[in-house]
Amino acid sequence: MSRAPYERPITSEWIFRHPRYLRYMVREFSCLFIGGWTLLMVWGLHQLSQGPAAWAAFLELLRSPASVGFHLLTLAFALYHSTTWFNLTPKALPVPFIAAAHYAGWAALSVVILALAL
Amino acid sequence: MSERAVELEVLRYNPETDKEPHFQRYALSCPQEWVVLDVLNKIKESVDPTLSYRWSCHMAVCGSCGMMINGEPKLACKAFLRDYRGTIRVEPLRHFPIERDLVTVIDDFVAKLARVKPYLIPKEPPPEGAEYRQTPAQLKRYKQFTLCINCMLCYAACPEYGLIPKYLGPAAIALGHRWNLDSRDGGREARQEELAATEGAWECSFVGACSEVCPEHVDPAGAIQQVKIESTVDWYRAHLMPWTNKQK
Repeated sequence: MSRAPYERPITSEWIFRHPRYLRYMVREFSCLFIGGWTLLMVWGLHQLSQGPAAWAAFLELLRSPASVGFHLLTLAFALYHSTTWFNLTPKALPVPFIAAAHYAGWAALSVVILALAL
Repeated sequence: MSERAVELEVLRYNPETDKEPHFQRYALSCPQEWVVLDVLNKIKESVDPTLSYRWSCHMAVCGSCGMMINGEPKLACKAFLRDYRGTIRVEPLRHFPIERDLVTVIDDFVAKLARVKPYLIPKEPPPEGAEYRQTPAQLKRYKQFTLCINCMLCYAACPEYGLIPKYLGPAAIALGHRWNLDSRDGGREARQEELAATEGAWECSFVGACSEVCPEHVDPAGAIQQVKIESTVDWYRAHLMPWTNKQK
């Protein structure tokens, strides 16, 4: 009897085979927005170093509808990324209240940043 | 027992005559309470004796009858007809070469399993004339991972393994980790070479599908992340606190 094992090709079809793969890809995809936002902040720092006029132009750019849309999208992706990631922490660190500790740290840091910003 | 009509679409492949696999339909009447494996057995007995598939225990213990059922990796003996509507599509486990029909070539997994040394490497010789002692708390640390039945559903669910066949994969890492967690064992260093390698735990990007499809609720995804954390601690200890390194 002859053997001739058949290898099925791998296509990107797996992403749509089950909602879990799509959820995973959205989590991975979110890093593009978070990375883009980080670059925007670096660009802002650069503009700040270029004097008041450049800084004012940067602030004006942030107020544009495209920028507001981008920020809202980034916020949604950041929330999705953070919550899905925090919910997975008990698997990696099987310690009581580890996910709750992450949420608490998140909330505390957000309060500090808000206090500094306002 | 009430009967229902069942239509199965089975991926067939005969290495002696076929260039590539094709689907074959079988329509028959079966008791409502049956599982997909019962239907396959009925087909083989009374419709088409050439149909090939693996099975043994029919009770989710042997891990032989793993296959894709409507695209999800399942044990055919645990896939109840009552959970399916319409035509049920049955294919061999994903990511493994097809030997014939629903039978896959599993050599890759078996070789990877051996590489993680999934057996006791004693820390010290066993106590003279006595058994090893272990507290319930020590047993609890690893017990979950002993439930793996090597059914390979996690490999079929893992896109990482599909895309990077060198990846050690969920079950092998979970079983290596199981022995690392055992208080009687001293073989962690020997296993780290495989577990902490790029193609070991670090190939995992935490899709989490392995744990979702595991029929024994083993949570290989958890084991892999724990291996990552422990390997990271090892690295920091070796580089930032060299005085804690064990004398070799």
